Amino acid sequence: MKEKRSLTCVECPIGCSIEVEVENGVAVSVKGNSCPRGKLYAENEVVCPKRVLTSTVRAKSGEMIPVKTSAPVKKTELMNIMKEIKAVHPELPLKIGDILVKDISDGANLVVSG
Amino acid sequence: MRNCDIVIIGGGPAGLAAAIAAYDNGVKNILILEREERTGGILNQCIHNGFGLTRFKESLSGPEYAARFIEEAKKRNIETLVGTTVLSLSKDKTITAINSTDGVFTVKAKAVVLAMGCRERSRGALNIAGTRPAGIYSAGTAQKYVNIKGYLLGKEVVILGSGDIGLIMARRMTLEGAKVHAVCEIMPYSSGLKRNIVQCLDDFGIPLYLNHTITRIDGDNRVSGVEISRVDENKKPIAGTQKYFHCDTVLFSVGLIPENELTKGADIPLSPRTRGAVVYQNRETLIGGIFACGNVLQVHDLVDFVSEEAEIAGRGAADYVLCGSGEKSPIDTTNGRNVSYVLPQKIDKNVAGDVKLFFRVSNTFRNCTVKAVSGEKTLATRKKKIAAPGEMETLTLGSNVVESVSEPITVLLEEEN
Ligand code: SF4
Repeated sequence: MKEKRSLTCVECPIGCSIEVEVENGVAVSVKGNSCPRGKLYAENEVVCPKRVLTSTVRAKSGEMIPVKTSAPVKKTELMNIMKEIKAVHPELPLKIGDILVKDISDGANLVVSG
Repeated sequence: MRNCDIVIIGGGPAGLAAAIAAYDNGVKNILILEREERTGGILNQCIHNGFGLTRFKESLSGPEYAARFIEEAKKRNIETLVGTTVLSLSKDKTITAINSTDGVFTVKAKAVVLAMGCRERSRGALNIAGTRPAGIYSAGTAQKYVNIKGYLLGKEVVILGSGDIGLIMARRMTLEGAKVHAVCEIMPYSSGLKRNIVQCLDDFGIPLYLNHTITRIDGDNRVSGVEISRVDENKKPIAGTQKYFHCDTVLFSVGLIPENELTKGADIPLSPRTRGAVVYQNRETLIGGIFACGNVLQVHDLVDFVSEEAEIAGRGAADYVLCGSGEKSPIDTTNGRNVSYVLPQKIDKNVAGDVKLFFRVSNTFRNCTVKAVSGEKTLATRKKKIAAPGEMETLTLGSNVVESVSEPITVLLEEEN
């Protein structure tokens, strides 16, 4: 049984409307994407949606430090990862790219992003 | 009084990119005046990702995007005064500013770049009945409190307006543990990017009520609830369609207004459509030697475009300092059918090079064509599967095309029959 799904690609601001045909849980055809990133997005989205998580952590000294996951993580895990992030209180100084938590989820690290 | 070749008012993404471009085009005596304690502007509080996809082919956070430009400005030793507020600008390019070390001081510039950015429309700009309790914020203010100060502003939230900052804050507040009950949008479409509807609302099951507005806010000391209603084609609430949400926080994301007080003070003509200065393609205003770029000129959706525009202005300012201004041969641009504005508003035919026209369409259209025409001639055209007001459109006119034009240029959108 083929099932049709309509998605909006979130990989760039253009936001292409994508039509995916899904069979046995995998994408068998992808239409509407304007670039290869959109195809990859749609293929992943019908199997296991993932997003990069961005948030802040409070440094020991009180400042808020922007952080993100170094790669997309499972959408269903976002709230759990937030709980972990809240418990992180690094020491300054830090610079962009510093790893705060190794493999916070799905092999992605929590890194400083500002 | 101090003398400078170029003074840049504002050290956000526009000001930084303009400074770097001016420097690289041969003017070294540049001064950036920044009101906040650090440069980077609004990007500092935009911790979400998605910046820089066009420019760097990477998805960066706001502070990461800003850091790349701050770094470049540092490498060039471009002088920056932070914590410095510009009080006034005059037509002859004299700037009066104030900070806590120098007190009030004046700078005389050969060229000025306006890069003050924009501010949010406030609740005061809307007519909403009810009390005036605590717990009401503009989305950008909320973003600053949450991301920079680390406060969770409330637990039960309703958002009015579906601009990008409102959508981003719906996700941000949800991740921080708040419940966002609704995002109301008075228009039949969201003014935010589609990707933000998906990844900020749909991902978290937050409902978007199109054609809805807040009709009452309740609460004594703190917001206790809001009533929303559906609106008709004339944006008037329809009786009997009310819904009620108990909440402690209301965010407004109802549009941005270029911050042009200084511009007005210098008698620089503004466009009623963009609410920014009227400019030539090099972003020179109608006062010679004063340039404008970024959100003070037109409200952008993507910082990548801000940087691009600021570089044009920075190069323009450097040219002005090095070569002075020549005789102009201006052609006007105007918005035609289904287009709400076009920028630049004037094209100087004596300036060589391609001209990129930036514009916004006035509604959502499918299978349409955007066109630039002059008299009977079509100058540029592009087919679009979809065009929406939330996304800035562009058309590029080649330099040979610009040279051949003798009548005003109109940009319009044609729907397919
Ligand atoms: S398919 Fe490509 S162009 Fe379209 S939204 Fe996705 S990344 Fe952007």
